[in-house]
Amino acid sequence: MQTPKEVLIDPIFNNNPIALQVLGVCSALAVTVNMSTTLVMCAAVTFVTTMSNVLVSAVRNRLPSSIRIIVQMTLIASLVIVVDQILQAVAYDISKSLSVFVGLIITNCIVMGRAEAFAMQNGPWLSALDGFGNALGYSVVLIAVALVREPLGSGTLLGYEILPRVADGGFYYPNGLMLLAPSAFFIIGLFIWAIRSWKPDQVEEPTYQIAPNMQYREAM
Amino acid sequence: MADFNKEGLGNVLFVAISVCLVCSILVSSAAVMLKPQQQINQELDRKQNILRAAGMLSADSITDSEGRGVEELFERFRVRAVNLQTGEYTDAVDVESYDQAKASRVIAASRNLETAEDIATLGRREHVALVYLLETEQGALDKVVLPVRGYGLWGTLFGYLAIEGDLHTIAGLGFYTHKETPGLGGEVDNPDWKALWPGVSLFDESGAPAVRLVKTRSPEGSAAAAFEVDALSGATMTSRGVENLIRFWTGELGYGPFLNKLQAGA
Repeated sequence: MQTPKEVLIDPIFNNNPIALQVLGVCSALAVTVNMSTTLVMCAAVTFVTTMSNVLVSAVRNRLPSSIRIIVQMTLIASLVIVVDQILQAVAYDISKSLSVFVGLIITNCIVMGRAEAFAMQNGPWLSALDGFGNALGYSVVLIAVALVREPLGSGTLLGYEILPRVADGGFYYPNGLMLLAPSAFFIIGLFIWAIRSWKPDQVEEPTYQIAPNMQYREAM
Repeated sequence: MADFNKEGLGNVLFVAISVCLVCSILVSSAAVMLKPQQQINQELDRKQNILRAAGMLSADSITDSEGRGVEELFERFRVRAVNLQTGEYTDAVDVESYDQAKASRVIAASRNLETAEDIATLGRREHVALVYLLETEQGALDKVVLPVRGYGLWGTLFGYLAIEGDLHTIAGLGFYTHKETPGLGGEVDNPDWKALWPGVSLFDESGAPAVRLVKTRSPEGSAAAAFEVDALSGATMTSRGVENLIRFWTGELGYGPFLNKLQAGA
């Protein structure tokens, strides 16, 4: 049995949803071009994951297993729509640049995964901590990616100039790759490498051995 | 609850119905309560786009170089309704609340477009459209901003086309709503691409719309080059849609008659 503190802290580095479970990568690629959209996305995911865990946990004893997935889905979808509506009302520009990705939180594996794996077995308080912790783990990776992508891609951070661009009379040539989704793959890969060097127990056993190349005599 | 059966049909129905009920109340109350603020935001965004198309506001700021805000800058525009058939101003609609796209779906307020003439794939075209007129301090026409729309690849692009006071040169183009692929057709929002538009000529000698989006520009200074803008790489259908919607709205079925009247009157 985990203590509440473990439930909250573990998903940040020990059991990070992106770095160890490799879930929720789609939005990590899409919204990390600049820091402000990243922060809003993290806040949205934190709210949805925490609340959906609480709600699912609250109804878990009443929930027939035949319809549990669809009920979880309905709860998550409702929360996401509420978040989307709030964003459109208070942060219209950011909600426009996040476009479909707020809506796609519904399909974010982390939210669904925590509801099914944790909230169905635990009480609302622990589930809230678990949802919040996992969202923090997600946010840590997203913020780390955005910390690399925004300065290197556009020379700014949160819109403030960090590396003066050549176009504005500075010294920095913006790296266009950082504005494209593949760069987030590389950064997440490096992030996973760093975490697994730090915590070698996260390194997975190879599932199979790659056989050495065939000798030419055997092929004949 | 001794007879409580979690997997029973009664409980399944009870849970399903109550979850639906609670969620629908939650979602609809959020939507209803936040609607006024969302409409204010959309209105502000629309005004910003008009100002950006007219080059009065840069892409990343909400005030101009003298610190004037969107509402203040927008005050300088005179909004009029135009009968597209005759090209005359009309007072038949309230310019504050008139919604062109909505009017184009009302049979009485719009006309059907034949396939051959419907190059922007609109289906129907409204009879009355809005124009945003900007005048210099001497009262001469400075810029005209026209709402334009047309089908791209995935959906209709909605935007504004700003024309210089000579009614012949484009002053700017911008879209505020579209469904094009991010990174390909979505590049219609790219400031670098939008910067190609000012200075492009709208009409050839015969007065017909002549704007073209091309893969290879004609040599600098040649007659054809004045009408050409680089198409978007990897977005043939979007580029074609943009070309068609500009041609449609500056043509006979669009604002053509109005622009002619304005030209003759000026």
